[in-house]
Formats: sequence, C-alpha cells, structure tokens
Amino acid sequence: MREVAVIGTGMTNFGELWGKSIKDIFVEAALEAIESAGVDHIDSIYVGAMSSGLFVGQEHLGAVMADYLGQNPVPATRVESACASGGASFRAAYHEVASGASDIVLAGGVEKMTDGADVTEALATAADQDYEVYQGITFPGLYAMIANAHMHEFGTKRENLAQVSVKNHKNGSNNPNAQFKSIITVDQVLNSTLVADPLRLLDCSPVSDGGAAVILCPMDIAKKFTGTPVRIKATSQASGTIALHSRDSLTTLDSVKTAAEKAYKMAGLKPADINFAEVHDCFTIAEIVVSEDLGFFEKGKGGAAVEEGKTAMDGLIPINTSGGLKSKGHPVGATGIAQIIELYEQLTGQAGKRQVKNAKIGLAQNMGGSGASCVINILEAI
Amino acid sequence: MISPRYHREKPQRYRLEAGKCNSCEHISFPPRLVCPKCKSKEFETVNLSDEGTIKTFTIIRVASDIFALQTPFAVGIVELNDGVRLTTQIADVDLDQLKIGLKVKMVFRKIQDEGKSGLHCYGYKSVLI
Repeated sequence: MREVAVIGTGMTNFGELWGKSIKDIFVEAALEAIESAGVDHIDSIYVGAMSSGLFVGQEHLGAVMADYLGQNPVPATRVESACASGGASFRAAYHEVASGASDIVLAGGVEKMTDGADVTEALATAADQDYEVYQGITFPGLYAMIANAHMHEFGTKRENLAQVSVKNHKNGSNNPNAQFKSIITVDQVLNSTLVADPLRLLDCSPVSDGGAAVILCPMDIAKKFTGTPVRIKATSQASGTIALHSRDSLTTLDSVKTAAEKAYKMAGLKPADINFAEVHDCFTIAEIVVSEDLGFFEKGKGGAAVEEGKTAMDGLIPINTSGGLKSKGHPVGATGIAQIIELYEQLTGQAGKRQVKNAKIGLAQNMGGSGASCVINILEAI
Repeated sequence: MISPRYHREKPQRYRLEAGKCNSCEHISFPPRLVCPKCKSKEFETVNLSDEGTIKTFTIIRVASDIFALQTPFAVGIVELNDGVRLTTQIADVDLDQLKIGLKVKMVFRKIQDEGKSGLHCYGYKSVLI
C-alpha cells in the first residue's frame, strides 16, 4: 500500500442554500478542491450522500456529478453509510490511491436537505425501519435514549449536554463556512424547545445544505501539486448493530471503540498523541459518548470533561474546533469530508482564529445511525 | 410501510415470535437466518416474555409526518424478562411519571396508519404494570 496525502480542499458554506441545487453545491465544492490542489485531471470520483433519493428524488449521484463537473468519462460512484457517507467516501478514495489503482482521486460529499422532504422520516431510514422506526422513534429520540441512559448510569448532568453546544457554537463563530456563527448560553440551550426529552432544539445539529470535497494523491508525488500536503496516517471503519436496543450497553458505541482501536494501531499512536479532534456531534450527547469511546476520557467522565473545559479550544484535547455538526451544520453526506477539511486547515496552519497551537495530529470521527457505522481518519502534518 | 412488508412481520408484531439459537440459546428478535453470537443457522421459534423493565426512554415531541398527530408520546427500550430488548412505545402513561427501571407489560395496539392507503397497522406497545 502506498502512502497517501490530501493535497486540496473545497467546500460550500453550510446552511439553507435555497438558490442552489444539489448539483450546484457539489460542483462548487469539487471545483474549489481541484483548483486548490492544482491538478490537471482526476482519475476517479466518490460522492458521499446519505439520502438524495428521499431528499431530492435523485439517485445515481456519481454519474450526475461526473457529468455536471465536466469530468465524463471518469468513473464516479456514490458511497452511502448514512451520516458516515462522507467518511466512507474518503476511505474509498484512500484505498483506490493506496492500492495503486489511481493517482488522483476526488472524495466528496453532499446533501441537499431543504428542498421540502420530510427530513425526520428521511433521517430515520438510517435506523432499523421495521423494529425501531415502526414504533415512531426519531433520530433525536434514539440519541435522547442514549442521553437518559448516560445520565442515569454516570450522573452526567443535563447542563453538560448544553455545555457541548455552547462550546461548539463558540468555535463555529470563528468559522466562515458555519451555518450558525452565533454565541449561545447554557440557559438558551436549557430553555429551547424540547425535541425528544431530554434533548432540546439547541442540542441538535441543524438541517443543512452543503458540499465538501478533497483531492487525494500518492505521497511521493504530492509535492508536485502543493507546498503543504497532509499525510493520511490511518483510516478505519467498523459496524455495530443497526438497532440501538440490540447492544449490550446503551452508553457505549462499540463501533467507535473498535474503529478507534484499529486507527490507533494503524497510526502507531495512542489517544494522548492526538492534538485535536473533529467528532460526530449530531446531538450533544454523541460528542460526550464518543469522546469516551475514542479513549480521550474514562467511560462516564465525558460530561465532566466538557464542564472542566478539557475539550475547549485551549483545553487538553480541543474537540470540534470547526463548530462541529451543531454549529457548522450537518448536510449529512458532506459532514465526513468537512471534518477532513477542518483537519487539513488546522494541520496546514490555515484555521485562522480557530487555529490550534502546534497542531500536528488530528482525528476525525464520522458516525452513521445511532452508531451502526463509524469511520475514523487520522491525519498528520508534514 | 407497504402491505406485503407489513404482513411479513405479523408473527413478530402480533405474537412476539423470536428465534432461539439451537447452539448458544441466544434469542434473536426478530428471527434471523444467522445467529449474531455464534453464527449457527438452526433456530427454534419461541414467544418472548410479555413483561419487562424500562432500560431507557424518551418523549417524542417532534415526529415524522406519520406520527405527528400522536405527539407527545413515549418510546423506550424495554428489556423483557427473558433478556431480549426491544424498542416500543410506552402507552397510557403520565409522561412525567416515566423513569428508568419501571416495570411494563406488552400489549397489542394500533401503531400507525399506512401512508397513502390508510391501512391500519398493529403491533406491540408497553404499559406500566
């Protein structure tokens, strides 16, 4: 397997992009990535998207995007792993380059969620339709059940959930691409509308449109295209049961633990070696549970870690410096790629007011469903 | 939830039928072709216990369109007395009373109406004992 680098990135603003179609959004991000990488062609395209069929009635996104990107006859494939579709797209591109099959590959992700679909219903298709969704459960509801179990088992406080959201909004206020650049308070979170008890509106990532793309190439030719390639140190993926109720523990995400162990092993690193992380905070409780399952904190201590500022910009391990899904926005298929872009900007010193000092190694954790899929990528500055 | 799919699931939804692995005795609900614990393909059909305990729950305030008229309603993960867990609505309950650890029994109820045809779809819910 060859060493692989990320050499270019592009993303749209995340938000309610009423004037842009799913094609416009993906192509805008992809063109920016191609231009920033300085490549004269691409060999292959991956498009991460969770549910374009339900959101805009369009499948076959690989072909659609290759055409509108002016890249026919380059092979193009849609990759779907629910909310981890972006991360899975990145992994597919990594393997195509690492194997030697292609040299220059575009890994992208996109979602267009504001064109009128029943978003709650579409997102719920990432759970077990017959034995979870049939009963009326929603995605906020699944994470709310994790939250109640975590609070019951470990004494995690309702305020701890709010503190995740407050922190991520603060980080996102410094991200020009973020959907919400507003600073919020714990009281605002605690007084926002209940969605699925105990989760409130400001515990939930928003409904968003957006696209993101990166260009990968073999490390040994990366210097030809840009002065600041970033090394892909590890990539891993794991699956867990599709239904939350099938798991031995309701407060541990086994797929995250397994993917993390694999990624650390591949990278030859341990959790303490990670300088900063982008994690899948689709709901505030998810960031707390994931920060434990990635090994940053002991099981049950994730809530206290947020309260003590350990995950803040100046903390022990800054988490979601981009603003996370909560503040940056969560156009589902684009999220995993946008996480990679935050790692790239941090590791190349381009993160502006969000810059983490001495950022050498970053980890991105992208998750599908209630944790039935998890993709982890570790990137390293050169 | 198109009709063939609904009818296919009736043994589970109406009678809580599950598959007990002949090799390791793990109970799969719904039944599966392969045991997730030991990979055996031999099962015995069993009926699940109809009583259990709430392991966690939530109250759905914002639902998909098909459940919108039912909000707010409670959904929980219940561990039945035979150790099998499932996701189920918790019906006929004062929502403020709900807490982890309460005992419930499974009951037969209407769950939803099929979208375009309006077919009534039934199944299990739980109520406090």
